[in-house]
Amino acid sequence: MINLQPYANPMYFVYLLIALVPLMIGLAFGRRFKIYETIVSFLLLFLIFDADKWQQGVALIGYVVFEAALVWGYHRYRSRQNQTWVFVLAVIASIMPLVVVKMTPVFSPHPSLIGFLGISYLTFKSVQMIMEMRDGTIKSFSLWAFIRFLLFFPTISSGPIDRFRRFEQDYEKIPDRDAYIDMVGKGVHYIFIGFLYKYILGYLFGTVALPQVARGAMGMRDAFFGTGLSLELVKYMYTYSMYLFFDFAGYSLFAVGVSYLMGIATPMNFNKPFIAGNIKDFWQRWHMTLSFWFRDFIFMRVTFFIMKHKLVKNRIRVSQVAYLINFLVMGFWHGVTWYYIIYGLFHAAAIIINDIWLRFKKKHRKSLPHNKWTQALAIFITFNVVCFSFLIFSGFLNQLWFAPIPHVSR
Amino acid sequence: MAENIKETVLNILQDLTGEDLANNLDDNLFDNALLDSMDTVQLLLELQDQLGVTVPVSEFDRSQWDTAAKIIKKVADAQ
Repeated sequence: MINLQPYANPMYFVYLLIALVPLMIGLAFGRRFKIYETIVSFLLLFLIFDADKWQQGVALIGYVVFEAALVWGYHRYRSRQNQTWVFVLAVIASIMPLVVVKMTPVFSPHPSLIGFLGISYLTFKSVQMIMEMRDGTIKSFSLWAFIRFLLFFPTISSGPIDRFRRFEQDYEKIPDRDAYIDMVGKGVHYIFIGFLYKYILGYLFGTVALPQVARGAMGMRDAFFGTGLSLELVKYMYTYSMYLFFDFAGYSLFAVGVSYLMGIATPMNFNKPFIAGNIKDFWQRWHMTLSFWFRDFIFMRVTFFIMKHKLVKNRIRVSQVAYLINFLVMGFWHGVTWYYIIYGLFHAAAIIINDIWLRFKKKHRKSLPHNKWTQALAIFITFNVVCFSFLIFSGFLNQLWFAPIPHVSR
Repeated sequence: MAENIKETVLNILQDLTGEDLANNLDDNLFDNALLDSMDTVQLLLELQDQLGVTVPVSEFDRSQWDTAAKIIKKVADAQ
C-alpha cells in the first residue's frame, strides 16, 4: 500500500500539484470546488495515515470526533450560559488527549496508542476555539467548518498554526483573479525556497554534517573534567541550529506555499530569526505562529488575570511570572523530558534578563552608545544564546551525559 | 463625548508609552516598540476601568490596534 508523508520527498509535490490543478483552475475563475477539495484533502490525509500508520489514522479519527463533540458542546452551552468552571473544564478536556500522549513516554517504553502525527498542532486549533467562544469572538460556528479548519492538510503535521476566524475568511472569500495569480506566484516562490532550505541546506547540515560532528562530540565525552564541553560540542551546537532552522523553515514554506495555491494565506512561520537583536525580537521571528499563539492565549491571558485580580502588584513581577508560565508550558508542549523543560526555563530566563536590560537601556538612553557595532554585537550575542538553547533542545546533552557508553565504537 | 474618549485614550497611552501621541495619531505603536504585550493588557484593563469598554483579549488583533487613531476609533465604536 502507498503511504505518502507530507513533503517527505520531491515526488510528493508532483502528486500534490496534479491533485490541485482542478482546484486552482476553479479559483482562477472565482470558484472554490468545495466537494473536490474535500475529496483531495481526504485522500491526502488517508495516504499519511494508511498502511503501517493505520493505528495513527484510527487515533486521528477518534481525536477529531472527541474535539468536535467538545467544541460543539461548548458552543451550545456558551450560547446560553457562561460559567468559568465550565470553560476551565472544557479547556482541560480539549488538551487532555495531548497530555496523555506527552505523558505516556514518561511511564511506558511504548508511545501512546491515541497519538498521531500532528496532534501537538491540532491541539492549538481546538483550544483556541473554546477560548474564543468564551471571549465571544467566535459566535457562529458549524461543525463542518471546524473540521475543515482542524484537518486542513497542508499544515496538518507541524503547522503553521492558523486562527479559525482568519482561515474561515480566506476559505469563504475567493480572491479576484489578479490577487489569486499573485498568490500562486508567491506560493510557488515559497515552495522553491523550501526546496533549497529543506532538501539542500537542511540535508547538508542535518544528514551529511550532523552525524559526523555528533560522533566527534561523543568522542570527547570525558573532556573538560568529564563534562564533555569541547570544541566539537560547539560545532555540534551550530550545525544542529542550522539544521533545525533550514529543516523547519523549509517545511513551513512548503505548508504556506501549498496553502497559497489553495487560496488560503496561511501565516508565515519565520522571518530571518538569526538577525534578531534580542531575545524578544527573536520570538517575533522564530516559529512565529507558535510564539504568537502563546502570546495571545497564554501570556496575555495570564497577565490579564493576574492584573485584574491584583494577585501581584508590581507590573514587572507580573510580566516575569507570565513569561515563566508561558515558556514552561511551551517546554512541556515540546515533550516531557528534562531538556525540553530546561529549554523553556532557559528562554524564560533569557527574556526576563532581556527585559531588565531594555529597561536599563531606556533609562540611560543618552549615556549608552548606539551604532552599527553595538547592533552587530547584539545580534551576535542573541544568535549565540539562541544556538545554546537549541543545543539544550536537541537532546544531545542527554545522550552526551547519560547514554551508556557503547561497547563497539563505529 | 468623542473628545472625551480621545483624551482618555491618549492619556492612557501616554502613561504606557511615556510619549504624547496627540500629534502622532498614526504612528505604529508596535513597530516603534512603544507598546508590547504587557502594555496591551494594561491598555485593555484601563479601557475597562476608565471608559467601561470591555475588550476581550482575543478581540485584540494587533493589526487593528496599532495606532492611537485606530484605538480611539475602536473604543468609540465599542461604546
